[in-house]
Amino acid sequence: MLQLVTFSILNGLLYGMLLFLLASGLTLIFSMMGVLNIAHASFYMLGAYFGFQIAKEIGFWPALLIAPLAVGLIGALIERYGLRRVHAYGHVAELLFTFGLAFIIEELVQMIWGRVPVDYRIPAGLNTTAFTLFNTSYPTFRVFILLIAVAVFGLLMLLVTKTRVGLIVRAALTQPRMVGMLGHDVPRIFMLVFGLGCALAGLAGVIAGPVFVTQPSMAGVFGPILFVVIVVGGLGSLAGALIASLLIGLVQTFAVALNVSIGTVMGAVGISSPPLLLDELWPVTIAQIAPVVPYLLMVLLLIFRPTGLLGRRM
Amino acid sequence: MTAHSLLSAGSLGPARWVNSLVANAGFALAWAAAAMLLVVLPLIFKSDSAIAVMCIIGVSVVFALSYNMLLGQAGLLSFGHAIFFGLGGFCAIHVMNAVAASHAPVPLVLIPLVGGLGGLFFGIVFGSLASKRGGTIFAMISFGLGELVSSAAPILNRFFGGETGITTDRSALYAPFGMNFGPQIQVYYLIAGWCFISSLAMYFVTRTPFGQIMRAVRENPERLEFIGCSTRRVRFVAFILAAFFAGVAGALAAINFEIMTVSNVGGNQSAMVVLMTYIGGIGYFVGPVIGAVLITLMQILLSDITAGWQMYLGILFVVVVMYAPGGIAALFGPEGMAAQAWHSPRQFVLVMPMLLTVVGGMLLIELGYQVGLKSSDGPIRVLFGIAVNSRSPLPWLVGLALVIGSFCGLRFATAPADRMPAVLRELTGVPHG
Repeated sequence: MLQLVTFSILNGLLYGMLLFLLASGLTLIFSMMGVLNIAHASFYMLGAYFGFQIAKEIGFWPALLIAPLAVGLIGALIERYGLRRVHAYGHVAELLFTFGLAFIIEELVQMIWGRVPVDYRIPAGLNTTAFTLFNTSYPTFRVFILLIAVAVFGLLMLLVTKTRVGLIVRAALTQPRMVGMLGHDVPRIFMLVFGLGCALAGLAGVIAGPVFVTQPSMAGVFGPILFVVIVVGGLGSLAGALIASLLIGLVQTFAVALNVSIGTVMGAVGISSPPLLLDELWPVTIAQIAPVVPYLLMVLLLIFRPTGLLGRRM
Repeated sequence: MTAHSLLSAGSLGPARWVNSLVANAGFALAWAAAAMLLVVLPLIFKSDSAIAVMCIIGVSVVFALSYNMLLGQAGLLSFGHAIFFGLGGFCAIHVMNAVAASHAPVPLVLIPLVGGLGGLFFGIVFGSLASKRGGTIFAMISFGLGELVSSAAPILNRFFGGETGITTDRSALYAPFGMNFGPQIQVYYLIAGWCFISSLAMYFVTRTPFGQIMRAVRENPERLEFIGCSTRRVRFVAFILAAFFAGVAGALAAINFEIMTVSNVGGNQSAMVVLMTYIGGIGYFVGPVIGAVLITLMQILLSDITAGWQMYLGILFVVVVMYAPGGIAALFGPEGMAAQAWHSPRQFVLVMPMLLTVVGGMLLIELGYQVGLKSSDGPIRVLFGIAVNSRSPLPWLVGLALVIGSFCGLRFATAPADRMPAVLRELTGVPHG
């Protein structure tokens, strides 16, 4: 039991920090430009595929640097020449633009790398055991992912709260016009933030690719969960995004690990016989309903706390 | 102000409103022509495959029109509309099986109503959550709700039938006058009839005072709140109406295919209706109809020719979003590109670089598939009647040159007159200065 709890916490933190790498960029872009980037998870996927290709040609370590930069550059170019043009037509057009972009990126990835998963392996140097606990080993690469994610989180926090650039970005979040009046090039700040957000998503893709499967559907699986994260965390709140990412990461990991049926859980609460029409749910295990859990969480939150955990307005 | 009072309030009472419609002969003629077209079409396109295609188009038209009630009318961008299509279809298929088993005298023609009511029921359930906010947050929540249903569907086997789905036999129902809907042509007329009735009903909704209020929610929700109208309630009513007609479309699909699977509530189905509706044009009532016909035909015809039909669809969509936000319908509208070209025919010159961009783009995409996904078929492929080797650099360079060259030409030609080269100014007929 203790073993299950320890490893679920570790894996949940890992999954949660990966979610945060994406959600932080998404929520920054959203609160700054009012654009919900539906293609955000597609940049994560691009990162994974770029990482795979570069790791195959040159090596994993260059890939760790080049792939996020390339994804960030693509993101910045898309903002400059696509999104900025569409901005004139309003938010619906922006949403639809990023939606179409996600569609195209998925097709593009299938065109280049095929419809089946690619063989993106953990680099040899990191394919070892970090530590052994309760006779179960924990891979070094997972520890490495966790460290990278925490380091990026720390750097991002420093950037946003301590530097001059961060100050301007924070000012542009709430008062873009005033910042423009003071002589800052606000469209360029938007472009850089968009590129940075995409680069973070790309970095998450490079490090998550070998652990989770690198395949064309990975964006479609991750994308909707990201929306849940930023709705649950409260729109535009970095701290909220962190809490929500970890919450959803932990909840989902624990759910996957629990091989207990719903009937048993309900029986423990005192509801032993299933109500009408729900009897087929009773033999289902918690692990099977794990994919539903984030969305259920979102629905519950919408009913009881529509502003999100740390959101002020919605 | 409740939705009901909105429907009947205002300067136009229901009776006068119907009178004004009857007086509008152009309106009646257009709908009569549409009805005639629906009757005559299977007499022109007689083959079995053509009738099957027209059935699919009919289902898509109802689905896309229901979606446009949300997007075009109320300005609500939903990414989970397929859940009502799918759930309505599943309700219909279960009722069909129950009716067939109990030999109840319920004819098949009433089944789409069951689907609609199913859609309406789930619309009320999900709409009460989704309608709290409009705009981007609505889009996000609809995405989440869509994922909730499509991720829960594989668990609830009794309703969704697991991997195999739920099947039915439409000819096993009560068959008055010997109409057992075995032959596809009978199904065509059922779908065409429901398509016509649903379209007419949805058109009526846009003409009611409530339709006006929906547009007001789209244009200026804040101001609407100030005059004492609950935007949330308007969004809710728009949502459940759209869910009702999506359910009708789902039931028609269930009758047509005699099977519903988990994929019918999934994200792909939701994405497809967004693409259809927007490419067709959300500003015109016929826009989604154009989109549904075009995309369904693309889906059926192009998927045999190229592996990349979805790529073309995606690019077409992004091009429409960026350069023709009114969709195809608006291009032919009073201020559209077609009307402009009609008045100054010299603008037809622009068609040439546009076509070249398209040809170059197609060349690049097909080459891409030839070296990527389809590399097992070998490097040679016949494109535009020429055998092209995707391993040699020449076709790539030609494709790139076509796209970049003609795109730059277009940029020049459509630039403000003072930044335009004199030659192009002459050709396109833009006055000097």
